[in-house]
Amino acid sequence: MPSELVWLIFLLPLFSFVIISLFFRPFLNNRPKLGGYITIAALLGSLGLSIWALFEVMAAPGHSIPIPDINWVVIEGGLTIHLGLILDSLTAVMLLVVIIVSLMVQIYSQGYMKGDPGYHRYYAFMSLFTASMLGLVLADNLLFVYVFWEMVGLCSYLLIGFWFHRPEAANAAKKAFIVTRLGDFGFLAAILLLYFNTGTFDIGQLNTLAAGGALAGTVLTWAAIGIFAGAAGKSAQFPLHVWLPDAMEGPTPVSALIHAATMVAAGVFLVARTFPLFAHSMEAMTTVAVIGGFTAIFAATMGLVMTDIKRVLAYSTISQLGYMMLGLGTGGVAIGIFHLFNHAFFKALLFLGAGSVNHATGTFDMRRMGGLRRFMPWTYATFLIASISIAGIWPLAGFWSKDEILVSALQAQPILFYLAMITVFMTAFYMFRVVFMTFGGDYRGGEEGHGKPHESPAVMVMPMVVLAILAVVSGFWNVTGQFGALFGHGHTQGFAEGFFGILTHALPWISLILAGLGILLAYAIYSARWLSAERIGAMFKPLYTLFLRKYWLDELYEQVIVRLVLLKGLFAAFQAVDSYGVDGAVNGLAKGVMASGKAIRRAHSGQLQLYGLFIGIGIIVILACFYLFG
Amino acid sequence: MDFNYLSTIIFLPAVGAVLIAFVPGLSGRLIKWLSAIFTLVPLGLSIYLFAIFDRASGAIQFEEKLSWIPAINAHYHLGVDGISLPLVILMALLGFLVVLISWKIDLRPREYFAWLLLLETSILGVFCSLDLLLFFLFWEIEVIPMYFLISIWGTGRKEYSATKYVIYTLFGSAFMLAGILSLYFATGSLSMVEIAQGGLAMVQSVIPAAGVFWLLFIGFAVKLPVFPLHTWLPDAHTDAPTAVSVVLAGALLKMGGYGMIRICVSIFPDVAREFALILIILAVVNVLYGAAVTMRQTDLKRMIAYSSVSHMGYVLLGIFALSQVSLVGATMQMFSHGIITGLLFAMAGLVMHNSKERDLRKLGGLARQMPVIAVVFSVAGLASLGLPTTSGFAAEFLVFVGSFTSTAVVGIKLWTLLGVLGIVITAGYILWMLQRVFYGPPQDKFNKVKDADILERVYMFVFVAVIMGVGIYPAILTDVIQAGVMPVMRLLGG
Repeated sequence: MPSELVWLIFLLPLFSFVIISLFFRPFLNNRPKLGGYITIAALLGSLGLSIWALFEVMAAPGHSIPIPDINWVVIEGGLTIHLGLILDSLTAVMLLVVIIVSLMVQIYSQGYMKGDPGYHRYYAFMSLFTASMLGLVLADNLLFVYVFWEMVGLCSYLLIGFWFHRPEAANAAKKAFIVTRLGDFGFLAAILLLYFNTGTFDIGQLNTLAAGGALAGTVLTWAAIGIFAGAAGKSAQFPLHVWLPDAMEGPTPVSALIHAATMVAAGVFLVARTFPLFAHSMEAMTTVAVIGGFTAIFAATMGLVMTDIKRVLAYSTISQLGYMMLGLGTGGVAIGIFHLFNHAFFKALLFLGAGSVNHATGTFDMRRMGGLRRFMPWTYATFLIASISIAGIWPLAGFWSKDEILVSALQAQPILFYLAMITVFMTAFYMFRVVFMTFGGDYRGGEEGHGKPHESPAVMVMPMVVLAILAVVSGFWNVTGQFGALFGHGHTQGFAEGFFGILTHALPWISLILAGLGILLAYAIYSARWLSAERIGAMFKPLYTLFLRKYWLDELYEQVIVRLVLLKGLFAAFQAVDSYGVDGAVNGLAKGVMASGKAIRRAHSGQLQLYGLFIGIGIIVILACFYLFG
Repeated sequence: MDFNYLSTIIFLPAVGAVLIAFVPGLSGRLIKWLSAIFTLVPLGLSIYLFAIFDRASGAIQFEEKLSWIPAINAHYHLGVDGISLPLVILMALLGFLVVLISWKIDLRPREYFAWLLLLETSILGVFCSLDLLLFFLFWEIEVIPMYFLISIWGTGRKEYSATKYVIYTLFGSAFMLAGILSLYFATGSLSMVEIAQGGLAMVQSVIPAAGVFWLLFIGFAVKLPVFPLHTWLPDAHTDAPTAVSVVLAGALLKMGGYGMIRICVSIFPDVAREFALILIILAVVNVLYGAAVTMRQTDLKRMIAYSSVSHMGYVLLGIFALSQVSLVGATMQMFSHGIITGLLFAMAGLVMHNSKERDLRKLGGLARQMPVIAVVFSVAGLASLGLPTTSGFAAEFLVFVGSFTSTAVVGIKLWTLLGVLGIVITAGYILWMLQRVFYGPPQDKFNKVKDADILERVYMFVFVAVIMGVGIYPAILTDVIQAGVMPVMRLLGG
């Protein structure tokens, strides 16, 4: 395909952003839906192009297509930066994920955001968000990855804080930006370090250098860890995960996009993109695997106790991202990205479902829901499918990718494997806890003053159905090993052989049993009520509190580190130095000069006799000196 | 080159100032139009120079040289190269925009605009002078309009701030003059070009080269400003009228950075290398300390003023990293910061003027009442925190790359990384500031507050267009700047 068309993949949504932001508010404010249509049309165009690109990549030798560069900055003898794109299997898959999820979210938003005064702003930002993520996926050098990386961060800032008049939203937006920027510092440092040692920003060249051993040792390890710091910020890995649960302050479709395909996917993608740098450093691989594995179980524990449906989903995202990192750190690109691919569809679906529930009840608090399956059968059915998929039940999408991660973890990091197994149980439990609390039992009234619950309009249900189908079938891509083959590993086999053959192994059965137990426990507590949630909560009171208060990390970061140590401590000290030290010294000096001026003025009395006296004394002193020392 | 472009650019505003000051019976409206014309023409000319500038040549271009005081070998010698041309454009652009920003000034407009135009002449003169005495002359002239502008049209403790500004500047100039005289007595020349080319016969002079370097450096360090010589800046910015803050932060600080490149580094390359590490540490202190103190401010303008201290640290870092890329980055940063902070002050001025409130603790929710200002303020803020696609990112990134890869200074990597840490704090205070001013529930007391009018939208658009243009395609500036940096690198022996 012509390379101009590849550029169009991310330029189309960018144009949509420019058109909406420049012309709509002033000229077309009375045509609210048009902005959405433009966004959707742009994404349909990109979708067509990216499907084309995928087929080209599948057919191309080495699954990679070269695209000519454009010069951006050239400082002769100093620095040359090109603007270039890359089109390989990783890009092609990511394009597909980003565009499909974004498209579904935009269609859904036509219903969800109906009547919001910021409608145009919403679609403008959403277009820019998608464009930035597509640019990030397509960029062929680290600097441009960083550029789009920051743009993605900006867009999530703008969208999380979309309802900026609510202080919580404004705070959450700021928190997201600053916490991820802390990670970006590591990424930027890694870029500088790599450039200093290799003289290039080009990812392909860096990967080749790392693979060839020219880039190795501590430099490589530090660079990889720096990149991972950036990835951990964006992909909400411990200890930088704190922004993601708060990010639900934005409109729910935004959460769907952030949690599935754009913001958080960026981190996992970056590690995959620069994977050879990690692969050739034992320490870096271990770091990724350990942080990923730990985050998976750590976030799952908090998901167990939350009562806000979006918060449960948020912790579930963090946990699943941990799985992806674990897959990358123990297996390879294909394994981690395959889970990203599957997760994108079911997680987007879960959030759209949560949005639909909110649309019906006016609340996100599960304690006020219940019994919704009767009122909203479509939402219930699709949400259930997504929950089964994320719980990892055969043969839905989540099962296939999670199984691969477990297998590779078992081989490389046995301890992490056991943690991941426990996480499988927790995942199934907290997801079905949501299902039973939200859709099972009787309706508990929803938000005060909100009417009777109802199914959402077709424009919202339709994208959910599409995503539900994907949440079932997306995993089939690698049943035959085709997905792995696209990334150059694994072997291919017949569909039936892979589909049923997997059940002849022990591991999938163990994880299926664990997931089943999780579902059973959730059923026992929240549906059949064989066990009382309150009593269990009381039994494990310290643990329950620990999870509910999120390990007090928010308090540690905000109250202790930011407020106490930095703002009231260090920064206040600097401020004091500035006011009383530096400036005080200057003012003191000025006062001193004035005072000495006054003192000297007394000497300048203008009386000749006095001057004469001084001269006389002076002469005597000088003569005395000559006499004594001369 | 028959037409004296540079002299025309420099002195047109001064001619305007004289006209406004001495032609009797001009109405306020006419004065503003005259000011606009006498600043628009130099802007046009400087853009024309930019267009015809020979990017392949590292030489001084559009040179003008007349014998001025033969007895001391002083010349009226003007010229620009790739380093000064962007700064000339910066000043010419800000010079025109501040006239628009000052459109609502009704207190003694005759004097106000005369001083404003004279200020522009003096700053342009500094950037174009190639003779040390001429340079010093323009440098000193600038203090006079500044003093009156702050002390008459300012707010708060304006007399205190104006006086403080003058004393600091004169303090710096005293050192600078001593440095210039030492140079003159050692070489017998006042031409920056000749002295730089001739190498240092200084070594034989009474005062060692390092001494002269430091004398000059202190003069420039006050202007940039460099910690601990910076405390005049927050006071002056806070109490100055909006337009003056824009010029002050936008163009005036750059005189310091420009002087360091043109004189300290070009004339004393060896000394610069010897003391580079100390200066780089000072730069990092500027960045982090400045950012930390910014975080603690509660006054809108004071906050932006302190952020300048932090951002100028990157200029200092870029200059004394002494690599080609870092010097290009430092020059870029001067230009970029000029536009970005200019816009920040203009927006802060609008917020203060329209809402009659400048305390961050009392502001809030203004995004509903002034949406246009909110958007533009946000763009400026994001540019200031170095968001890609804005000029702030391009400039800071070049400084980082250039400094990190510099081989001139031992241990610079660690210091550069510490400097990079500044971008996190910057994000913190910028977003906090935006939140405090614009987000949160709208407040009733601001219900009648006006958004930007048409004239204000026009200049906002120009600012934003430049920020984004340079950010998306930095080569438009780097092509020119690198031509100017090449000869400096040759002097450094690199």
